[in-house]
Amino acid sequence: MNNYDVVIIGAGPAGLAASIEASKAGAKVLLIDENNKPGGQLFKQIHKFFGSREHKAGVRGINIGTELLNETKSLGIDVMLNTEVCGLTSDKKIWIVENKEKSREIQAEKIIVATGAFENSVQFDGWELPGVMGAGAAQTMINLNRVLPGQKVLMLGSGNVGVIVSYQLMQAGAEVVGILEAAPSIGGYGVHTAKVARAGVPFYTSHTIKKAYGTDRVEKVEIVELDSNWQEIEGSEKTFEVDTICLAVGLTPMIELVWLAGCEFTYLGGMGGYVPVHDRNMRTTVDGIYVAGDVAGIEEASTAMEEGRLAGISVAYALGCIGEENAKQKIDEIWNKLDSLRCGQFGEKRRTAKDQILEKGEELIK
Amino acid sequence: MTRIVDHPILGHDEREKETVTITFDGKEITAYKGEMIAAALMANGVHKFRHTEKNNKPRGIYCAIGRCTDCVMIVDGIPNVRTCVTEVKEGMSVKTQYGRGEWESDKNE
Repeated sequence: MNNYDVVIIGAGPAGLAASIEASKAGAKVLLIDENNKPGGQLFKQIHKFFGSREHKAGVRGINIGTELLNETKSLGIDVMLNTEVCGLTSDKKIWIVENKEKSREIQAEKIIVATGAFENSVQFDGWELPGVMGAGAAQTMINLNRVLPGQKVLMLGSGNVGVIVSYQLMQAGAEVVGILEAAPSIGGYGVHTAKVARAGVPFYTSHTIKKAYGTDRVEKVEIVELDSNWQEIEGSEKTFEVDTICLAVGLTPMIELVWLAGCEFTYLGGMGGYVPVHDRNMRTTVDGIYVAGDVAGIEEASTAMEEGRLAGISVAYALGCIGEENAKQKIDEIWNKLDSLRCGQFGEKRRTAKDQILEKGEELIK
Repeated sequence: MTRIVDHPILGHDEREKETVTITFDGKEITAYKGEMIAAALMANGVHKFRHTEKNNKPRGIYCAIGRCTDCVMIVDGIPNVRTCVTEVKEGMSVKTQYGRGEWESDKNE
């Protein structure tokens, strides 16, 4: 059995940032990821990030990813790719399967779970047809795989994911026939929605998908207007010839491993559903198990990186790698950044939801 | 064109220099070395990857990051392989999966 001070599960923005902080402090770190490349979903984020300069605003997600990877390399952090974590216990044993062949167990002093999230779906007639996919899936196809999933796309959901992916589909050469939003107003940041609006993409607020048509693939989509009680307005149907329907209807935290470890959860719709209760140091209710990033509540890559850093520093302090004063100073600094990322029209809601988790954390974590 | 050869931010795709040949339902197709099976299929105009067990309905990719298992196919005789997170290999056989799929045991000996 291999022993590590810290094992971090998931090499996305949160996991990478956590590994860097813990390693810098002197801990022996192992970073595990199921995929053949680290970076999580960062490398499909080809847009410039939002926020202030210290949050790397104006820097594209792909470049942030490259910076983080270079740092893990220069620190000599052990990274295991193509490695699935199949089990996790409260006494910090981790069951891994390498390259779908070799099964073994690892013992960790501390574990940081940074497994991220997965895309939600919605059901309508024909939703299972090839060509109906998550907006993030389309983004993976165009920006990582560099293959267009289709030529004519309808987007459902006008949040940041919906509008950013719409724009990126156009950059990749597809036509976006419209962006639907079931709510009466558009959900995304002005800077992103303005870009697609300027490019001539129509927004259909108070609209949803009624039916997708096609035999082996989407050929046509029928949309319908909704009244103030979210009921379909008869006679308001419109149809578009499309080969792709993208669903940008939110994300759900990938909590299976934290659940296996026996952590306590709380349900918060604004954070994507069930999220592990945690405190300001990203500790869960199980001693020695920490969380960071989307698994701890759906936010953004920028907050995920800060939470990752928080978890890395907390773990380093718990291991005795850094002193209390040093840790406290760093943690306060990160909280200032998180507070400034969680403000404004959109951030405020996330902050309120996060506060509810932390409140529970204060109560349950000693 | 389904492949995004030139991109305003990502630039020119250099992978075209190294290709491998795989088969889809017995037909040879060209893929870029190191790319995912699902990407190679879609670049070659294939969007239907499997049929569901109960209703025999066609399915393609849904999440493209290995979570939803909508894109599973029979790869080198092994059913239920997630094609969105499995790399192509020279000579690989990829087949449409019906229902739970079947193991092609002779290929695994």
